Amino acid sequence: MSEYFHSVRLTPERCKGCVNCIKRCPTEAIRIRGGKAKITEARCIDCGECIRRCANRAKTAVTDSLDDLKDYKYNVALPAPALYSQFSADVPANVVLCALMHLGFDEVFEVALGAEIVSDATVEYLKRRDAKKPAISSACPAVVRLVQVKFPELIDNLIPLEAPVEVAARLVRSTRCRELGIAPEDIGVWFITPCPAKMTAFKQPLGAEKSSVTGAIGISQIYGELLKAVAVVPRDANCQRATARGVGWALSGGETSAAAAGNSMVIDEIHNVSEVLEQVALGKIKVDFIEALACSGGCIGGPLTVENRFVAEHRMHQRLAKMRAEDEAHGAAPAKYHPDSSLTEYDRTIEPRPIMRLDEDIFKAMYKVEQMEKTLNKLPGLDCGSCGSPNCKALAEDIVQGEAVETDCIFKLRERVRDLAQEMVGLAAKLPPSLEEREEN
Amino acid sequence: MNPEQGIVLDYALKGGDFDTAGEASSKIKRILQQIGVRSDVIRRIAISSYEAEMNVIIHAYSGVLKASIYPDRTELVIADEGPGIADIDLAMQEGYSTAPDHIREMGFGAGMGLPNMVRCSDEFSINSVAGEGTKISILIRHS
Repeated sequence: MSEYFHSVRLTPERCKGCVNCIKRCPTEAIRIRGGKAKITEARCIDCGECIRRCANRAKTAVTDSLDDLKDYKYNVALPAPALYSQFSADVPANVVLCALMHLGFDEVFEVALGAEIVSDATVEYLKRRDAKKPAISSACPAVVRLVQVKFPELIDNLIPLEAPVEVAARLVRSTRCRELGIAPEDIGVWFITPCPAKMTAFKQPLGAEKSSVTGAIGISQIYGELLKAVAVVPRDANCQRATARGVGWALSGGETSAAAAGNSMVIDEIHNVSEVLEQVALGKIKVDFIEALACSGGCIGGPLTVENRFVAEHRMHQRLAKMRAEDEAHGAAPAKYHPDSSLTEYDRTIEPRPIMRLDEDIFKAMYKVEQMEKTLNKLPGLDCGSCGSPNCKALAEDIVQGEAVETDCIFKLRERVRDLAQEMVGLAAKLPPSLEEREEN
Repeated sequence: MNPEQGIVLDYALKGGDFDTAGEASSKIKRILQQIGVRSDVIRRIAISSYEAEMNVIIHAYSGVLKASIYPDRTELVIADEGPGIADIDLAMQEGYSTAPDHIREMGFGAGMGLPNMVRCSDEFSINSVAGEGTKISILIRHS
């Protein structure tokens, strides 16, 4: 396995080498080389923006499949709260959950429960005097990786708590091993995921040494089978435990309201997150808590979801209203903060992964910066992407790093061709002295 | 390149021009990242240049932000033509501001600009002549 695992992959046969993905990548991680998109692994944050932008569906996310369940004695499905938004609010959450059991899982354990525990842990964390403000939620792994590569100065602002899915996985894995007497390696714990970033987080955990999650299955991948199962599950089936507080995490702002974070800010969509973090780095934003999510609308807008994000949002609001009424009627209480901190806290620190640096040697880097600025001044500044780099600035960077040449720019190439053509015309007009008529004196 | 050769960046600033506010500081920040200066040091440089840049845009008519980046340090000089500061000691106090209401409504002019610059810099000096302008020099070491 290479240094970085990424779940976002390219299907080369489908890639036409267009510039849609390179221009939308928030970390300028993609170049077109040899007519195909190529991802620079160190820069990729697995946000899935390229999956969304690719009209040819050449970008995909590697996920696990239901076939992988065979390798385990006991399989647990961990559905993301966003899964409920894929169904009409008339389909009760318990029906969606029981439908998952029809797909071959032995148990369903809601990530929303983990979200409730993390909400409580966040409330506790924000009260701590050593908590660096603004405290930035670390629930969205693409945002955490964005901070690692683009805003290393904000790493200490990330809340050192595990994401809800990891908490849910730790909880279900440890209790089932004990109760059922199964060896940990025989339990398959599968996240039903709206996004590729989570997949990466399991293979290459951000906080924990090793993730408790076995793998991830994209919502879109099982949606068809789930629809069929939903139709046959009895409506009064009983599979549900989580409350609206946890399920609300599917939407942008859900985490903030669940943690009752007072002076807070909610940002969604990766480019917006990047812009606001820039402001945070300048010390401009005086808030206690920032909820930042890579997808538009929050997890319901994940690239592995099926429904349009606005439809999903509408459905989720309807569902939450219903759930709140039911929670109140039944006196249902959200899962409580777990005093066992090993459930919610990071096992290791998050390291910076700066990507901007042009050279390890500061003198060389300074020289390259100067060369880059000179090169940039000569480029047309159209940011067309035809050279295979996302914009002229990135091309100047690629040139100075020896990964591209000036004539990769079609405008510079045209200039060169024109100059050469003129020179050739000039040369063609010249005759050898033997033919040249000279004026005799 | 010897240690005394640096990269010199010059940016013209225009009073009241909020459209471009912060652009000079972001460019300086990007270049520092490309050079590989430590991220906490970059943060201090970015905050001070941003505050200084905003001061010119909020209070002055025009100005120049000059950043000289050397391998071991960054020097910022921000000189403006403007009303100047009548009482520098007062201006250096946290929370003191002469920014008018319409600027405060935009979230600026909280009276933290100068104290922030001092907090972020290793060397700081300010000269101001009432009715003429202000010149701020900031030095931040990279290690």
